[in-house]
Amino acid sequence: MTGLLQIVFDALSLGSLYALGALGIALIFGVMRLVNFAHGDFIAFCVFAMLWPSTNAAAIVFAGNLPSWLLVPLLLLVGAGLSVLSEIIVFRRFRNANPATMMIASFALGFAMRNFLLMLYSSRPKSITLWPTLGLPVEILGARIPMLQVVTIVITLVVLAALTLFLKRTRYGLEMRAAAENFTMARMLGVRANGVILFAFAISGMLAAAIGLILATNSGTADINMGANVMLIAFIATVIGGLGSVPGAVAAGFLIGAASVIFQATLPNEARVFRDSFVYGAVIIVLLVRPQGLFAPKSAKQRV
Amino acid sequence: MTLLAVDDLTVRYGRLTALRGVSLSITQGEILFVTGPNGAGKSTLLNAIAGVVPPVSGRITLDGQEITGAPPEQIARRGFSMVPEGRNVFGALTIEENLKVGAGMRTDKHGVAADLDAVYREFPILAERRHAVAGMLSGGQQQMLVIGRALMTSPRLIAIDEPSLGLAPKIIDQVYEILMRLRAQRQLTLLIVEQSSTRALMTGGRMILMRGGRIVLEGPASEMVKDERLKQAYFGFGDH
Repeated sequence: MTGLLQIVFDALSLGSLYALGALGIALIFGVMRLVNFAHGDFIAFCVFAMLWPSTNAAAIVFAGNLPSWLLVPLLLLVGAGLSVLSEIIVFRRFRNANPATMMIASFALGFAMRNFLLMLYSSRPKSITLWPTLGLPVEILGARIPMLQVVTIVITLVVLAALTLFLKRTRYGLEMRAAAENFTMARMLGVRANGVILFAFAISGMLAAAIGLILATNSGTADINMGANVMLIAFIATVIGGLGSVPGAVAAGFLIGAASVIFQATLPNEARVFRDSFVYGAVIIVLLVRPQGLFAPKSAKQRV
Repeated sequence: MTLLAVDDLTVRYGRLTALRGVSLSITQGEILFVTGPNGAGKSTLLNAIAGVVPPVSGRITLDGQEITGAPPEQIARRGFSMVPEGRNVFGALTIEENLKVGAGMRTDKHGVAADLDAVYREFPILAERRHAVAGMLSGGQQQMLVIGRALMTSPRLIAIDEPSLGLAPKIIDQVYEILMRLRAQRQLTLLIVEQSSTRALMTGGRMILMRGGRIVLEGPASEMVKDERLKQAYFGFGDH
């Protein structure tokens, strides 16, 4: 029983991470048909923003020393700012380009950012300690669950609830949903394109910062490639969820997290090292059966 | 008073010229039909006015102010409400949400509430299903929703691209009845694109006939009936 509970929490917390990542990608894809492959580098950038630039192995913690009530909003702001800047400087110029061109532009941006970090901080992973108390376990129904997992799940649920409320209840949320479905039509009704797109980028950037904080707390290291894995899985989640469907991306993120943990727990020892192959195999099967994704929106047609 | 003026407008898609020096003007409260065969450039004309397609040359003014090359949202905010071909409801949004997107740019809360009531009175079926998602509506109901949504922008001019496309004749009659009534109530100016000229001849108003990106005929619909060139334009016996 406690073993099962452990698995449930593992699945939920890993799924939360993937869901947050998928959300950040799906929101931007929704409003401008851009798959932002630089998202993983946004995550890493936010983590490194807590460190003072140096090539030493020991990290010189800078903003990371701030009290959490200051650190968290500051980092969210860094994420939002970075994301908004990337739209203004890079993606705005590709707004009417075809999706493949935009995707390549995002690869280029990610590459540039990675090398920028490499120049400032070198490629050596640095150790960074944020909230060490979150590593301690708490007892839930007899199972010992790391506090960080609980916090991750709670944060994700709060983010999802807040975002749902925003999308459903506010004027800007309504405009964002309308724009995601048919951008040109929304503009012809007076919805400001720049506003909606910048807003989506800002939210996406904050989500990247949140993921960065969780990853850094969990691993205790800052690594230039730390966002890559989450980004890859998050992208797959948006595809499986049905490109263009925000709830679909979130659900698929949780699904992949669960699949990962279940394979980890049930595969025989010798096969466990190949866990990811099993996960990606399941992804292939899903896409063979439902190429449009599990939760494809009915309106997922090409825009004119 | 001239509300919309298009002067010598040319639009190209790559090497294809879709509009060749089109000029027209609409006065306040007028109803203007733009007709012509497939590929005549009718939709391109509307899209260029709406700011969706950039013109190569020419000038468009709305209420005296130049809007050539302005982004669609700005043109919409000046009172030009476009209902594009194929209806374009936001299928995943509810009916009421669709209508609210139309009112998003307005700041007069009371006006919006009054208009919402007015739309629901005009289209009782929309009121009845206001919390249903728009994608579930029939074609005729979707056409009514997009007309209602255009009204919610509090427009001075509504441009509609092929309102009768894919609708049953009875529903088309109903759509036109409503359009005419709204026009009378709100002093709306209407710019309607239809492939066939029958509707224009039935409804009256002014009519423009396009072919090959040009305007080939223009005049009161009632006089165009007799014109041989109307037939020629559709069947290709013209001297172009």
